[in-house]
Amino acid sequence: MPFVVETRYFYRHNVNTTTSIYDQALKRYQQKIANAATEDMVLNMGPQHPSTHGVLRLELITDGEIVKEVIPHIGYLHRCFEKHAESLTYQQTIPFTDRMDYLASMNNSHAWVMGVERMLGIDKEIPKRVEYIRVLVCELNRIASHLIAIGTYGIDIGAFTPFLWCFRDREHIMGMLEWASGSRMLYNYIWVGGLFYDLPVGFEERAREFVEYFKPKMVELNGLLTDNQVFINRTANVGVLPLDVAINYGCSGPMLRGSGLKYDLRRIDGYSVYPELEFDIPIGTGLMGKVGDCWDRYKVRVDEIQESLKIIEQCLDRLQKELKRTPEFDPRAKLPRKLSPKPQDYYVRCEAPKGELGFYFIHLQRKEKDKNGNDRFFDTEIPFRVKSRGPSFSNLSVLPAMSKNVMIADLIAIVGSIDFVLGEVDR
Amino acid sequence: MMLAEVKALLINKFGEDVIVGEEAGVLQPALLIAPDRIADVCLELRDNPATYFDFLSCLSGVDYGVDEDCFGVVYHLSSIPYQSQLVLKVSKIHSRELETLPHFPSIVSVYRSADWHEREAFELYGIYFEGHPDLRRLLLPDDWEGFPLRKDYQAAEYYKGVKID
Repeated sequence: MPFVVETRYFYRHNVNTTTSIYDQALKRYQQKIANAATEDMVLNMGPQHPSTHGVLRLELITDGEIVKEVIPHIGYLHRCFEKHAESLTYQQTIPFTDRMDYLASMNNSHAWVMGVERMLGIDKEIPKRVEYIRVLVCELNRIASHLIAIGTYGIDIGAFTPFLWCFRDREHIMGMLEWASGSRMLYNYIWVGGLFYDLPVGFEERAREFVEYFKPKMVELNGLLTDNQVFINRTANVGVLPLDVAINYGCSGPMLRGSGLKYDLRRIDGYSVYPELEFDIPIGTGLMGKVGDCWDRYKVRVDEIQESLKIIEQCLDRLQKELKRTPEFDPRAKLPRKLSPKPQDYYVRCEAPKGELGFYFIHLQRKEKDKNGNDRFFDTEIPFRVKSRGPSFSNLSVLPAMSKNVMIADLIAIVGSIDFVLGEVDR
Repeated sequence: MMLAEVKALLINKFGEDVIVGEEAGVLQPALLIAPDRIADVCLELRDNPATYFDFLSCLSGVDYGVDEDCFGVVYHLSSIPYQSQLVLKVSKIHSRELETLPHFPSIVSVYRSADWHEREAFELYGIYFEGHPDLRRLLLPDDWEGFPLRKDYQAAEYYKGVKID
């Protein structure tokens, strides 16, 4: 078969004189929908449905209330992150990374910054106080992200109160991070080689107050939602994701750990100052049903909040004692003057709240012809190619495999338990 | 698992031709694989008890520049049991004509996570994945023309009759 794609047919689907794989795939898909339209029912869930957590369209082929097949359609929030990154410098792209997973901006920029620092070879020179502040704000942001996951999951199932409680507590974190960075959700706080500013005076005390305030709130939340019999009935034994399927589909984060594997990049790679901190890695145990069901994934997030609180307390201890702020301390002192790495390519990964977040950089020198027609090479601060691997992207792709022959109401529970952010899926 | 061991293992299994080069002495060393063998190589690396690269972290299509006329795919594998990482690269000199596209074997049969990544590379770079079960568009509208992440891509002036500023 000749490998020919006739691009002019890309927008004329009814023309069937082409042999391209693309058109064949499109035809198979259309045939599937056409066949279903006569026997079963085709339902569109989304793109404006609240339980899809953003602009995701799920095309369901249903037989009565049984979902026979799910076809996800994504791309409604595509903002050309990779194309933008090819025309902006490394520093200018940090605000764009904030907008990928907009519920956990700190973690995104942390991954980006770590990658650039390793390419520049300055990752060992970052002051300890800067690293601890980074981990502190990342873990605060992880709690905020998990609170959204838990709260909106309650709404999906039909519990409204936990959502309000989660948002009330998340607001404290938003307020603190706004105090540090000047912005509520999209911080641009972690910079290559340092930070935007040092923490404001009194931040450590306020963070400690928050931890003390928040611990009993988690007990309340567990009583209201985690151990709630209605909630357990809706989520236990629903959407079971076996471990081998999860690995093969590239699931990571709470999705993978919910299926019972102790795998956390904060431990595996030991980046930043995580090797110096003590925390456990919660996994799904099948306490209420089978291992890897929706309740397990939910529970992993709840437990991770506890672990994050532990990390925050350890960070605060260090930041208030041996790494105390001094008048001379300048978080911008190590900021490199020129952000132009050697030509190389590098894949950096880190554990974002939703799983493995990766950036693949290719850095080449800029080539120009001089007046004799010879190539001349110049240092540049702009990457040649950036690919971002969002955790939600792979986590969402497992949805069709997980939701074969489930009820429509259970599909809502499954979608909610994945906890994706469309900003990161579509980029 | 060191790169040299993986290399020896692959040469032992598939012969000398399977590895066409090596990038050593850099931050992340990589193996350059013969393009038509990549699916076999991935399957072997996934199932061999000495390697168990069972997790595909990332798959990226690459256009190596207008002067090069070279397209490639980069695979970032990681092994959960051994906690190691491996980079594989395939590349091919190919013209930039929109009528004929560069093609590489699909590795969806080995890693299902490659499914959406390959669809993305297909629509953004125009790289064709032989044997992909469902190579439809993923992110862009169905009527999009051209491959936007190619280095010679020109932004369209009109979209559905509306002028783009």
